[in-house]
Amino acid sequence: MTHEERQELLESLLAKQKAGTLKPRDRFDIPPQNMPEQDAAARRRNVSEVALGYTEMQARLEAMRCLQCKTAPCVQGCPVGIRIKDFIAAIADGHCDRALDIIKENSLLPAVCGRVCPQEVQCQETCTVGLKFKDVSRAVSIGRLERFVADLDCNGAAIPSVASLTGKKVAIVGSGPGGIVAAADTRRAGHDVTVFEAFHKPGGVMVYGIPEFRLPKAIVHDEIETLKKMGVRIVTNFIVGRTRTIEQLMTEDGFDAVYIGVGAGLPSFMGIEGESLVGVYSANEYLTRANLMKAYDFGSGADTPIAASKRVAVVGGGNVAMDAARTAVRVGAEKVYLIYRRTEKEMPARVEEVHHAKQEGIEFHLLQSPKRIVGDQNSRATAIECLRYELGEPDDSGRRRPVAIAGSEFLIDVDTVIIAIGNQANPLIRQTTTGLEFNKWGNLVVDENCRTSMPGVYAGGDIVLGAATVILAMGQGRIAAAAINDDLADKPR
Amino acid sequence: MSHRIVGKKELGTDVFWARIEAPLIAQARQPGQFIILSINNDYSERIPLTIAGADPSAGTIELIWQRVGKTTAEMANLAEGDEIANISGPLGTPTHIENFGTVVCVGGGIGAAPLLPIATALKNAGNRLVSILGFRSKDRLILERDFAAISDELVVTTDDGSYGRKALVTEPLAEACGRDPRPGHAFIIGPTIMMKFCCDVTRQFDVPTQVSLNTIMIDGTGMCGGCRVEVDGKPKFVCVDGPEFDGHRVNFDLMIKRMNAYKPQERQAHEQYEQHRCKIGLDE
Ligand SMILES: Cc1cc2nc3c(=O)[nH]c(=O)nc-3n(C[C@H](O)[C@H](O)[C@H](O)COP(=O)(O)OP(=O)(O)OC[C@H]3O[C@@H](n4cnc5c(N)ncnc54)[C@H](O)[C@@H]3O)c2cc1C
Ligand SMILES: Cc1cc2nc3c(=O)[nH]c(=O)nc-3n(C[C@H](O)[C@H](O)[C@H](O)COP(=O)(O)OP(=O)(O)OC[C@H]3O[C@@H](n4cnc5c(N)ncnc54)[C@H](O)[C@@H]3O)c2cc1C
Ligand code: SF4
Ligand code: FES
Repeated sequence: MTHEERQELLESLLAKQKAGTLKPRDRFDIPPQNMPEQDAAARRRNVSEVALGYTEMQARLEAMRCLQCKTAPCVQGCPVGIRIKDFIAAIADGHCDRALDIIKENSLLPAVCGRVCPQEVQCQETCTVGLKFKDVSRAVSIGRLERFVADLDCNGAAIPSVASLTGKKVAIVGSGPGGIVAAADTRRAGHDVTVFEAFHKPGGVMVYGIPEFRLPKAIVHDEIETLKKMGVRIVTNFIVGRTRTIEQLMTEDGFDAVYIGVGAGLPSFMGIEGESLVGVYSANEYLTRANLMKAYDFGSGADTPIAASKRVAVVGGGNVAMDAARTAVRVGAEKVYLIYRRTEKEMPARVEEVHHAKQEGIEFHLLQSPKRIVGDQNSRATAIECLRYELGEPDDSGRRRPVAIAGSEFLIDVDTVIIAIGNQANPLIRQTTTGLEFNKWGNLVVDENCRTSMPGVYAGGDIVLGAATVILAMGQGRIAAAAINDDLADKPR
Repeated sequence: MSHRIVGKKELGTDVFWARIEAPLIAQARQPGQFIILSINNDYSERIPLTIAGADPSAGTIELIWQRVGKTTAEMANLAEGDEIANISGPLGTPTHIENFGTVVCVGGGIGAAPLLPIATALKNAGNRLVSILGFRSKDRLILERDFAAISDELVVTTDDGSYGRKALVTEPLAEACGRDPRPGHAFIIGPTIMMKFCCDVTRQFDVPTQVSLNTIMIDGTGMCGGCRVEVDGKPKFVCVDGPEFDGHRVNFDLMIKRMNAYKPQERQAHEQYEQHRCKIGLDE
């Protein structure tokens, strides 16, 4: 569709709407608006953002596809209950400021969520339009609309107002999405808030894990700047448990409450032969080298090297695996194989990212799983030996269990292997704090208000949920902040 | 928070010492622990260095490093009053210190630096301390006086015989292990290959041995897995499970190969840095 055609269509729809003659039929007839994106061949060689965002005309047309259902099933699908239908109506009417205000009632990081939330299994999964077409990809593109309004606001974001000082101090451990939200909400209540971050840059997985081409660092940077302008102190290079313990923060440094949002940063390995060979990475290491230390600029500024790979195998099927595979392409690999033991249907990665990965030439090896990694006399990885699988009966998770086919071994020649099969809880807090309760996977146990077993200590995000999502971590940051604000209101000074 | 360098000197060829403001780390650190630093901006590499000493009341820590590549060369070019942008720590599990009777501490080259706080703590715990320090040649000698002050016996060796005894550290180590009573424990820090051969010696004499591994690191908090080594055939993370391990169980051969993974790129980064500096010199 050209710009003029879009404009014409929008005008006729708006005219019908005004005249009260706009029928659901008219809305169903609007073609779903695709988001412009960088050409697949070009983007293999850069780290700039892939998806470019809607134009205003596209956004308004997409918004007109929304039926404004009375029951708004989309809202039930949203982990933080954004008033989706209302913000979409505002966009359709051309009131993007109002749309953003509505989103911000429930979500503090719309530019992030609009980009990385798995909408197709949340709000868009339950959207009436998608159900009508029996195709979730034809649902209203709620995420893209969210991104559209968030990006419009990028430069002029207002600084949230802050209540007068309460004299109470809150420590936030970890600066991921949960920590950012908890910091903002406790600061708004007037507490003196400090965020402690182990790395030299704040932002959590959003800066060291999720690549620039999917979530530009500048967006995360802006959110951190907003926190600073609100008066939140950000202390980097500070490892809670080592630089100071939680107990010291509370008894010696005078913090009245501590939110633990340290994420799930302990890479899982498979325990197969050859995993220690040179050229075998965890996805965390690979992505951290590339993102946080910008190894993609090695030789033109950056000091941190990354393997000069030609043939890469990435093991796994989640977002982390897609990010690692797509990063490998960008740092120069000629062949990248994604090895996953079930079928594409079971892949936990976002559909959009699977699609982007394929466009970028990543070869999907489905129903296969590594048995061992083979190395040469210098202990460098040279090949990965895989087994073929088939799907058996459903397991506890409801997904059909992959079963190895005996004798189906085969080799793929590679020089780099990236293991992206998940992360476990980092044990540092557990090892250095007494009085906290953890479950058998090492995740922190909290009640429905994100209170831990230790008075004054709260937790949320991946360290509680296991590897989850940005929006769920934000939701928990919010709940924890509400509990902190409640508890501190009652606490004598 | 930046960290100001309040003292700096060259200890020997390619070996440097600095005292740096880092009050919280100075307070918290224990022997055997290290920090990770990056010198400035976005693009700097993060490198681990052992905390060689600390003064909690002055809020300073001491680092001793060897110029091997780009980042350590950049560090060598800093002067008193300059700042290091990022230092995080203390990292790693502190050394287990107890009275073993006699302990033998072996430091190879720059390894003498991380060894010093451990040896001091062992001495303070009542051990009889036999120290063996080995260097390539006399101009690389460091910390001899510091070790002399705490050791009951001190042997210094050089590869070329330019100072002390002309030998590899494994020779005096074997002698110390052969004595009666046998040392209760050995602590060995130095180049990986040296630690490997020292462990072969102590194994023969059945002397329990602690080594401190210096793998390549990124985050130092157990997040990336880049520092992993094989101990008893199982993967261990040096930054959180170590850096010290039972030397008789470490797969040194694999570790040496992993350490060499980035050799070509490291050379490239270093050469570019040196070239860049030369050009600055010419412009002036
Ligand atoms: C590669 C990758 C891709 C992903 N893609 C998506 C996606 O597309 N969509 C989506 O919704 N989710 C995605 N996720 C998951 C999502 O990023 C996480 O669920 C979310 O970031 C968890 O947030 P959190 O608040 O728990 O903290 P995290 O983002 O995990 O941040 C925790 C922070 O705490 C710091 N920290 C750790 N220990 C300490 C300590 N002791 N002291 C001080 N600081 C400490 C860490 O350095 C880190 O900065 C992805 C994850 C990865 C790794
Ligand atoms: C726990 C620990 C404590 C250490 N303590 C000291 C110390 O007190 N004094 C000291 O001089 N050195 C110490 N090291 C080694 C020091 O970190 C490396 O010499 C330094 O990282 C080299 O960086 P570069 O950029 O100058 O050299 P590069 O050009 O990057 O590398 C030169 C060589 O150094 C080794 N190396 C490279 N990167 C790392 C890395 N991130 N970590 C470890 N080794 C690496 C490799 O063998 C490489 O070939 C320690 C290492 C560890 C893991
Ligand atoms: S479910 Fe879909 S159509 Fe209905 S209100 Fe929500 S976004 Fe609009
Ligand atoms: S340095 Fe990353 S896990 Fe040890």
